[in-house]
Amino acid sequence: MAESHSGGNGPASNGLGNGVLDSRVPDGPMADKWTDHKFSMKLVNPNNKRRFEIIVVGTGLAGASAAASLSELGYRVKVFTFHDSPRRAHSIAAQGGINAAKNYTNDGDSVHRLFYDTVKGGDYRSREANVHRLAEVSLNIIDQCAAQGVPFAREYGGLLDNRSFGGAQVSRTFYARGQTGQQLLLGAYQALAKQVAAGSVELCTRTEMLDLVTKDGRACGIVTRDLISGEIAAHTGHAVVLATGGYGNVYYLSTNAMACNVTAAWRAHRRGAYFANACYTQIHPTCIPASDEFQSKLTLMSESLRNDGRIWVPEQLDDARSPDLIPVAERDYYLERKYPAFGNLVPRDVASRNAKTVVDQGKGVGPLRNGVYLDFSEVIERDGHPAVAAKYGNLFDMYERITGENPYAVPMRIYPAIHYTMGGLWVDYHLMTTVPGCYSIGEANFSDHGANRLGASALMQGLADGYFVLPYTIGDDLAARLGEPVVPLSDPVFAQAVSEVNDATQRFLSIGGTRSVDWFHRELGKIVWDCIGMERTSAGLEKALSEIPALEAEFWADLRVPGSGANLNSSLEKAGRVADFFELAKLMARDALVREESCGGHFRAEHQTPEGEAQRDDENFAHVAAWEWHDTGTVQTRHVEELEFTEVALTQRSYK
Amino acid sequence: MAPTATQAAGSAPVFKTKRPLPFPLNIYQSAIGRKWVMAWTGIGLLGFVIVHMIGNLHLYEGPSRMYEYAETLRDLGGGLLPRTLLLWIMRVGLLAMFVVHLHSAYTLKERSRLASERAGFVGGAKKYASKRDYIAANYASRTMRWTGPIVGLYVLFHLADLTWGWWLGDAYVRGDPYHNVVESLSSIPVAIIYVVANVALAVHIFHGTWSMFQSLGVNNPRYNGLRRNLATALVGVVLVGNLSFPVLVQAGLVDEDNRDCPVNDTTGLECLEKEAGAH
Amino acid sequence: MSGTNGQASHGGTLSLTLRIWRQDGPDAPGRFHTFDAPNISEDMSFLELLDIINERLIEGGDVPIEFDHDCREGICGMCSLMINGRAHGHELATTTCQLHMRKFTDGDVITVEPFRAKAFPVVRDLVVDRSSFDRIIEAGGYISVNTGAVGDANQTPVPKEAADTSMDAAACIGCGACVAACPNSAAQLFTSAKLAHLNLIPQGQPQRWERTEAMVETMEQFFGSCTNHGECTEACPKEISLDFIAFMNRDYVKAKIKNRKLTGQS
Repeated sequence: MAESHSGGNGPASNGLGNGVLDSRVPDGPMADKWTDHKFSMKLVNPNNKRRFEIIVVGTGLAGASAAASLSELGYRVKVFTFHDSPRRAHSIAAQGGINAAKNYTNDGDSVHRLFYDTVKGGDYRSREANVHRLAEVSLNIIDQCAAQGVPFAREYGGLLDNRSFGGAQVSRTFYARGQTGQQLLLGAYQALAKQVAAGSVELCTRTEMLDLVTKDGRACGIVTRDLISGEIAAHTGHAVVLATGGYGNVYYLSTNAMACNVTAAWRAHRRGAYFANACYTQIHPTCIPASDEFQSKLTLMSESLRNDGRIWVPEQLDDARSPDLIPVAERDYYLERKYPAFGNLVPRDVASRNAKTVVDQGKGVGPLRNGVYLDFSEVIERDGHPAVAAKYGNLFDMYERITGENPYAVPMRIYPAIHYTMGGLWVDYHLMTTVPGCYSIGEANFSDHGANRLGASALMQGLADGYFVLPYTIGDDLAARLGEPVVPLSDPVFAQAVSEVNDATQRFLSIGGTRSVDWFHRELGKIVWDCIGMERTSAGLEKALSEIPALEAEFWADLRVPGSGANLNSSLEKAGRVADFFELAKLMARDALVREESCGGHFRAEHQTPEGEAQRDDENFAHVAAWEWHDTGTVQTRHVEELEFTEVALTQRSYK
Repeated sequence: MAPTATQAAGSAPVFKTKRPLPFPLNIYQSAIGRKWVMAWTGIGLLGFVIVHMIGNLHLYEGPSRMYEYAETLRDLGGGLLPRTLLLWIMRVGLLAMFVVHLHSAYTLKERSRLASERAGFVGGAKKYASKRDYIAANYASRTMRWTGPIVGLYVLFHLADLTWGWWLGDAYVRGDPYHNVVESLSSIPVAIIYVVANVALAVHIFHGTWSMFQSLGVNNPRYNGLRRNLATALVGVVLVGNLSFPVLVQAGLVDEDNRDCPVNDTTGLECLEKEAGAH
Repeated sequence: MSGTNGQASHGGTLSLTLRIWRQDGPDAPGRFHTFDAPNISEDMSFLELLDIINERLIEGGDVPIEFDHDCREGICGMCSLMINGRAHGHELATTTCQLHMRKFTDGDVITVEPFRAKAFPVVRDLVVDRSSFDRIIEAGGYISVNTGAVGDANQTPVPKEAADTSMDAAACIGCGACVAACPNSAAQLFTSAKLAHLNLIPQGQPQRWERTEAMVETMEQFFGSCTNHGECTEACPKEISLDFIAFMNRDYVKAKIKNRKLTGQS
């Protein structure tokens, strides 16, 4: 099933045999795979579970739910977060909701429909068996969360309320006001707190994972830095679970939290875990544009705004007039013009690319000319101020708080921003990476969303992996290792890893250059956004591949990390993360360059239909690209996992 | 409690957990339980303040009515109980409430002080370098720890003044409250003490009345505004009533000019008793 | 883009003076350092202002100021800061990360301190340790259902009013502003918000009294005593109501009685 391409220059088999990327998808009909597999997996008897130690890194939805569930089963769990509390993880910021094929609304939803929508929404670049399993366990997630006391929205009869979300024709999204992510995370955090109180989970806060330790090719522990004392220490376990989130911050400006990073996943990658589909990144079209050079983060606003707002830019280039002074004849309602049927409601990627096109033409609005108008004046005139306030009041208030502009009076300014990354560590059906004993769950892995994630599916995947998939699959692999003790911390592999991390830490502190980490991060972000953003070209990607290494060289020569490694030093923390972003950015460019097609979040300008739509190449690229690390300075090797579609027929999207 | 790898400094308890006492004393061991007790004793004391104030209005009916009121208090319980027993029971109860109210207030204040101490290096106790910009906390709530002791000291003074007669000396006539009150309040310093103390009492009651619903947990969001109004009304009544005594005595509107009975503890009291009996 | 129709005047700048608390560690003495911050854009958030000061410090070879922050959209509860004597600054219902510089005036002197309470020891500069909050949650801030051990979600209806009020309480982000603003360093608002979230809904009933007693008593190992000032609610970026504290007070005394009854004592 697997073949290999050498990196950088398109397909060229170098004869890597089958089994390099064994996805371990079980046989049998799609609908029965997971059920049958659960029965056929080896089990660890309850008394023996406590003889296994599992390390979980990250306490977002995936990590907290996995750590809680594993310890409930009886495993001894040690969980790490770089935050001061598990409750701070960025899952908390998800607003919209969580999908589940409950069919409570009686509108024809089913596991198969959720499966179908997710595969289609992922532009046919995800593994069918994983997605089907996700759709199956979505039912259990809602049951679990409701029982945990997550205050989901209710109808007057006391039953759960649903709403509809993009990419689906049924109402299957469960929500808790605009804070669904917060409430689900608190549910998982509380489940974890229960296990910490019971003494079966050891919680290590403000502790960052800086390396994966392997012995004889198998993961046996991690190296961490205590962010307060600076102590670098090793931890041993029978298995390591990475639930460390996505890498959207490689763009510097994104909707991710400031501390989100790729470091844990990347260090695992450097220890042998393949990194898959790095070029699949998702753009959200309705974010608030940056206001100045020092903007540190972008804020997302609900896409529902596009239901009533009209998007336009001035016809005239660099038009400095106030929007109310620009006559309608001199405005370009470009989405309505180009896509008469869908108009302002075209999918996220189409809306985003078109915004970039007009801004690049010089028609951008706002002080930095970096946005497009989202104009509500018509709907305010038609329905009245109170009606609009009732529907969008919260969003309008949030916009006004951030920009200081009253969106009832002047059009909102919006621009796309990165907010999710579909790529990540390659995992098989068991969620195990290519390093045996090392697992990856949640946004950190590549598994379920293909080339594009549907709204309200991120929360679903994180909790599916953590509550209902990993706790089963991990047992199958551990069962075979019963009686094996953990690798003792006295083993030389740990001393070696600790000393390498120490050296790396000292290296940052001793460069003694002139520029801050943030400066390099910002500059890197500009390159990545320009060249590996929402529209990629061969020339742009080549440019990225020449500019990034140059900036990286400057980083290693001119970085200044003040302070010491022996106490809280956020510059030092960031330095390690940005160093990894440099390497990741190069991989993203290479991955995007080899993938000579457009699909989902990956749009290659060379590959579009005459109407400007993404043009997939199913014949050559219906596969997962997973990259194998060799050495610093050497290009990774590209391996492929062919994707077979037995249940869902491949079709081309059109929104004309 | 499970250990944490980093043993964060903030996880070290500030207060030791005490060995639990038997129910219901264990309620008083917790701060919330103590606040609950403070609220109940506060209600008791507040009841006393109101009844005391209303009773004192007999002053305006003249010496014999006042004498009659005082005697009635001593005779509470009718012929069933020995004379003044019930009054003494009430006095002891009142004293107990007072002591418990004080003890809970003091210990809770200490708890808050300890919870805030060494919070930083500005000052020692909880203080911010910039002037604290209070939003909700009002003058009454922030001064409970001052108005409380002022009221406490005043109660002692008040007892010494009108119950034990320490100040009035020979002018004090046990059993003739009308005379004692007028005599005492005619002195300007004493009148000032009464005015100041009663203002402090009013301020104390204002926050206390609002706060006790919160401490007892008998609030309802719908009635939050009503609680504020209730506190204001109560304070108004108590303040007007209590301040009227020193003010009217000082203004000369309450005096002994029209008194029929002599002022002494022999014939005077007999006369008052006779007048009272004639009512 | 000067302001017609409610449009803010972009590009406006402020010159500010900041007095910022610096402290090397929990036991080190701390003191205020004064920083001039000229040319600060009105569109910046308060944390971006600190970013700039830090960037300038690093350029000058100094050690930057440590402060807690993460999501910068007002939900993670990481950012703290006492700004001019107010937790999260003077804007109501706003976290520090959502406080924008246009709310200040040119020439302002701004004092920035860490949240203070004995249970919140300073880690470094403006960073404090709020792990006592986790200890309170661990004492009972959960519903004990193991993964998978549950029936269908719609088996247990939750009255809409209860679900809504529960959500009001559950909106707490655990930032600690309530403790910082409280003159008594009490954590009543934080604890009562979690208790109300779980005690108001049917799923939370089996453990209601045990939870209430355990969480309150853990809280009292760390924090001061509530005197019903109401400062906490005013400082709360999520405007958690003071009514939840009353709810907790009621449940706590009830719990003392109920927990005896549940074990067969009258």
